[in-house]
Amino acid sequence: MSKKKTLHVPDAPFRPGEKPDFSNLELPKAGDAKKPKIMVEPSEIRDLAFSLVRVLDDKHEAVGPWDPKLDASVLKKGLRHMSLLRIFDDRMLTMQRQGKLSFYMKSLGEEAVAIAQGMALRSDDILFPSYRQPGLQFVRGRDIVDMICHCITNVKDNVKGRQMPVHYSWKEGNFVSISSPVGTQFPQAVGCAMASAYKGEDNVSISWVGDGTAAEGDFHYALNFASVYKAPVLLNVVNNQWAISTHKNISSGGATFAARGIAYDVPSIRVDGNDFLALYSVTSWAAERARKGGGPTFIEVFTYRGEAHSTSDDPTRYRPKDEWKSWPLGDPIERLKAHLIGLETWSEKEQNKLEKELDALVIKSYKEAEKHGTLSEGPWAPEDTLFEDVYKKPPRHLRKQRQEFGF
Amino acid sequence: MSQMNIIQSVNSALDIILEKDPNVCIFGQDVGYFGGVFRCTDGLQKKYGKHRVFDTPLSEGGILSTAIGMGINGLRPVAEIQFSDYIFPAFDQITNELAKLRYRSGGEYWAPVTVRTPCGGGIRGGHYHSQSPEAYFTHTPGLKVVIPSNPHDTKGLLITSIEDDDPVIFFEPKRLYNGPFDGDHKKAALKWDIHPKGEVPEDYYSIPLGKAAIERPGNQITVLTYGTMVHVAREAAESSGIDAEVIDLRSLVPLDIDTITESVRKTGRCVIVHEAPRTSGFGAELSAQIQEECFYHLEAPIARVTGWDTPFPHSLEWEYFPSQERVIESMKKVLGS
Repeated sequence: MSKKKTLHVPDAPFRPGEKPDFSNLELPKAGDAKKPKIMVEPSEIRDLAFSLVRVLDDKHEAVGPWDPKLDASVLKKGLRHMSLLRIFDDRMLTMQRQGKLSFYMKSLGEEAVAIAQGMALRSDDILFPSYRQPGLQFVRGRDIVDMICHCITNVKDNVKGRQMPVHYSWKEGNFVSISSPVGTQFPQAVGCAMASAYKGEDNVSISWVGDGTAAEGDFHYALNFASVYKAPVLLNVVNNQWAISTHKNISSGGATFAARGIAYDVPSIRVDGNDFLALYSVTSWAAERARKGGGPTFIEVFTYRGEAHSTSDDPTRYRPKDEWKSWPLGDPIERLKAHLIGLETWSEKEQNKLEKELDALVIKSYKEAEKHGTLSEGPWAPEDTLFEDVYKKPPRHLRKQRQEFGF
Repeated sequence: MSQMNIIQSVNSALDIILEKDPNVCIFGQDVGYFGGVFRCTDGLQKKYGKHRVFDTPLSEGGILSTAIGMGINGLRPVAEIQFSDYIFPAFDQITNELAKLRYRSGGEYWAPVTVRTPCGGGIRGGHYHSQSPEAYFTHTPGLKVVIPSNPHDTKGLLITSIEDDDPVIFFEPKRLYNGPFDGDHKKAALKWDIHPKGEVPEDYYSIPLGKAAIERPGNQITVLTYGTMVHVAREAAESSGIDAEVIDLRSLVPLDIDTITESVRKTGRCVIVHEAPRTSGFGAELSAQIQEECFYHLEAPIARVTGWDTPFPHSLEWEYFPSQERVIESMKKVLGS
């Protein structure tokens, strides 16, 4: 074959039919990454943008300076939330396949992101999630029935049936309405954090985008504004390797995503996204720094998207079917469970019991939610709500259109 | 009362609202220390502090997105986009985020952001300092769109816009900043210092959105217009002797359809004048609404005098810019004379 010079277009490392082999992936040892003091100069910790903060080692023991030394009760709570998220996702997917939901998006393999990071925050910290962090709501105690009412778009959906499933909004939980255009929430979180600083409050804002979204302009706006105004914000890129079929090799030609933060003089830390303890620890560090006036932290959460992008996606068309199983950083739930079992405070038996209990809870909640209707059969939000909330009060032309419609 | 130009009336409105509401903050490119390239925020940073009136990076998308975040967290941001020609990098944040936030969250979240942005031509600004992009925003449910034409209205409408809990795109016709402009660029530039609408109360006052003003009463024909073209249309009526009723819409969304229909039913004839290109310009919407509401009162087809469907030119600015002559010609045609 001739080697004619032409445009370089990168590819994913493995395609369907190939055997995924991640042995070339550089994985620093658990416990190796240093933990800086809270108010460190960003320039002193540039290595953390190329390293990987890991606490749980291959034996599932917590090692190194980033070990948050959490009480077993906190870890069990984390395990419960992650297990609930996975079971909830499974049930919702099943219901979607049965036509009860128009659409769904799972968090498989990324459960630790929302749960560990959510648990490391205060309840008055303001969340600007993407669609892959619905688990934050479990952390903050949202009624599961309400979540399902949104997903099946019935009359009790608090966003009045206006958004596709998984586009939650929950003001009481400081969980800001999710938007489909990716990345728009990233600089909004920065503005929100600027407002906290303006008011002299010490709550922080936090946002998540994916590796694919790191190519959007909003990503740059966020980092730049956060850096300029030293906003108390935590900006996370959840690098789960895939944006629908776009591999991160197409999203970025850079070394690591975290490395981009260095140019903005923002502390930038790369963390194992499947390690509950590491995620909790890095998030606590960044939140404390922000509360003390140290400004933003940029975090690359290194993980793998275990499922399809959404129910409208078929990943077997573009990646090996079992690629997730080969991911060298494992499964976040299995790892935290093994850690707890190692501490002799948990057992497979208790896990099985917990999973059964959670599954029953989800089924019961689903049945309860269904009493308020479904997307296919209704009841939905009353028809006149079509014209509500466009403005605080409908102006004349909308009132007229509402009349024309019959109300 | 004092005599103010539009720059001073904007400044006065911002001054009053900064004093009145500690949650108002003002930001944009060059607006802080320097006081804005058009001087609209002159002195405000010094008076209220850097955290309330501040400079931003050159990033329209960043300005709008952070404004939304601030609005979500209880502030009442007033963002400046230096020229409305540069608003497009923020288009997604304005149309998909700011405009839809209240709706998509079921009323849980909103952001009371006002975007101030100079618009329009007549300053030899070429196509990137002269555009009138208002129609893009009137096409987006959730936004309010305001365009004043004189210092008095500017202050009252800007105060109302900032205090409104809905997002407002507030266009400031930059050719009018220093004085009224009737379209005749060969005449010496006028100032607001002798104009009755240059008389501006120093204190707080507001003008409701969605109320048009009759700039010049008349019975023969209705001329609907806004921004700089209010002055072109009025002078066209004056100089031609046509008994035209010139209506300054002041806000496009919400639109004062009552004042429009009352006038058109009275005159039976209508000319719409705007600087923006014709195709899908706001005149198309006005024309549609008038035929819906006043079809049986119309004595002649509705006419539009607009910018051409070209980018805004530099050397041929006055060939593009709707002139009094074009307005008069159009009025005569509609009058059948």
